[in-house]
Amino acid sequence: MNSTHPVEPLLRMDRMPHIWCPGCGIGTSVNCFARVLLESKLNLDKVAIVSGIGCTGRVAGYLRLDSFHTTHGRPIPFATGLKLANPNLKVVVYSGDGDLIAIGGNHFIHAARRNIDLMVICVNNFNYAMTGGQVGPTTPLTALGTTAPYGNFEPPFNLPYLAESSGATYIARWTTYHVRQLARAYAEGLTRKGFVFIEVISPCPELYGRRNRLGTAAEMTNYYKEKSVVRHGAPTGEVGIAFQGEIVVGKFVDRPRPTFLEAMNEQMRAKLSDAFVPLEAAS
Amino acid sequence: MNADAQGVLAGAHFLSGNEACCEGALAAGCRFVAGYPITPSTDIVERIAERFPTLGGTFIQMEDEIASSIAILGAAWAGQKAMTVTSGPGFSLMMEHVGLAAITETPCVFINVQRGGPSTGLPTLPGQADLMQARWGSHGDYEIIALSPNSPQECFEMTIEAFNLSEKYRTPVMLMSDECVGHMTEKVVIPPATEIEIYPRRYTTLPPAQYLPYQPEADLVPLMVKAGDGYRIHITGLTHDERGYPVINAECQEKLVRRLVDKIRCNADEIVSVEEHNTEECDTVLVSFGITSRVAFRAMEMARAEGLRVGLVRLKVIWPFPEKRIRQLAGQVRAFVVAEMNLGQIVFEVERCSAGRAETFLAPHAGGTVHLPHQILRVIREAAR
Repeated sequence: MNSTHPVEPLLRMDRMPHIWCPGCGIGTSVNCFARVLLESKLNLDKVAIVSGIGCTGRVAGYLRLDSFHTTHGRPIPFATGLKLANPNLKVVVYSGDGDLIAIGGNHFIHAARRNIDLMVICVNNFNYAMTGGQVGPTTPLTALGTTAPYGNFEPPFNLPYLAESSGATYIARWTTYHVRQLARAYAEGLTRKGFVFIEVISPCPELYGRRNRLGTAAEMTNYYKEKSVVRHGAPTGEVGIAFQGEIVVGKFVDRPRPTFLEAMNEQMRAKLSDAFVPLEAAS
Repeated sequence: MNADAQGVLAGAHFLSGNEACCEGALAAGCRFVAGYPITPSTDIVERIAERFPTLGGTFIQMEDEIASSIAILGAAWAGQKAMTVTSGPGFSLMMEHVGLAAITETPCVFINVQRGGPSTGLPTLPGQADLMQARWGSHGDYEIIALSPNSPQECFEMTIEAFNLSEKYRTPVMLMSDECVGHMTEKVVIPPATEIEIYPRRYTTLPPAQYLPYQPEADLVPLMVKAGDGYRIHITGLTHDERGYPVINAECQEKLVRRLVDKIRCNADEIVSVEEHNTEECDTVLVSFGITSRVAFRAMEMARAEGLRVGLVRLKVIWPFPEKRIRQLAGQVRAFVVAEMNLGQIVFEVERCSAGRAETFLAPHAGGTVHLPHQILRVIREAAR
């Protein structure tokens, strides 16, 4: 029997076992991502992955790519520097909802506005799991968290809507139940230029699930199966998620727009013509 | 290695300290700058934004100083020499990534054109009260290198030196300018590129299979690679082993943090730099730096005209602190007078090093303008009594 997992070539097997809880969806999302990368025609030596802090922040550490585990909320500006300083790299940001949208929310909207050429994968598990299950800016109304013991009363962000309003060029959302569709979104996202945003709704059975009595990981995934509605091209303003409510999934936005570097190069050439010298990757 | 002729504005110029910082960065080979507007440092990035596009550099104005200070780390790992520039409140926001640069051993330069604080303080007026923040501002144990220019000429030279030291020791380096030095305009002589010494990035020559990202050389500094070279490195702000992998225990912490600190402490003799005047024969030594050292120099001259035996030690490098030299002088002189534009920071270092052997006096100033020479002279007289 062959005991090698198909994505092992892309994993740092010397770091296994990983830290994620049984039933956590992050591993499922990483499995999809790794398969897509291995099947892609990308030179994987030129693919860099950047994470912030939190459960999903640990993704960078398990992928055998040039990988950067940065500070809380800051993977996007790190990735911005990395990409602009070597435009030949394919840079993927892989982090969680608390990291990217709460503490890193300002960086998120500005990178989308600038249309920095990054693929941003946000694993949304509706809470801060690494620190024990606090509510965050994606927690559905009335859901319980350790810092909202009587139920969350702050309206959450609708991430595809936020990304679209901010300027993202490609926006998709799937749950970890939809592994094939998620893999296709990753594959397509990797071919797009500019700020690509993929939201992955992921079960956190140990914290969010347990506190809200949502059952086992299988039961949480079953909820995704039962309550997900595929609506490609849905207006992002209508895809917010209520507590245990319908989850609209699909590809919502796919619109080309000049990236930061394209726009900068065009403007500089218009003003400086041949005197403009774009940055060259360090040799 | 010498500077690339491209970008070196050789010749004699009339430049402000801030303009000279920009030229120093260009001469050092810096081709990535991320910044956020803040007085009184903004004219550095304004000139960068103008100069970069014809020299193959990329400037990005980020959404805040937090983003600026980590964008330069990303750029450094892509192989560029990278810098950010700020002042007062922006420097506070950047502390998070001073720590990340320290633990990941990322070469990068932070310029702080100091203004009066705390908080918004005096946006347009000088201060020298960020020295301890430069040293200790990020949480945890680390050592830092911080330089203090006192003229536009030194802004040029020390910006190059900041890059060289950051590459040599793989550490963030701070150029602690101030509003006065930043905005004074003086003659700046920029030598031809062939005469500018550039310390190149220390890349490994080992193949990926043999390379360990945090295996130190004899001087405790590990050799670097950059993203995209096929090494598939992992770089983390967590405590890590030689492979760069997180290891969360006391042994690994001891090994890593000890080395981070020792690579500066053990090489301090190579890094420290002081300029001395009349310290051969004196009873009282003035200690000063940056813009204040120019006033202190005048105060020394006035004191000597009164017959007082006074010398001056100017700190060109603030951190690491010139402990050895101050200890040595403590055994020779009666007193130190520390003139600084704050209410007491470097004076504590001098006091620590003199360890009671020489008395230590402070000539403080809360900032907003430079000392008057007689304010320092008064303290010299008191010390010489």
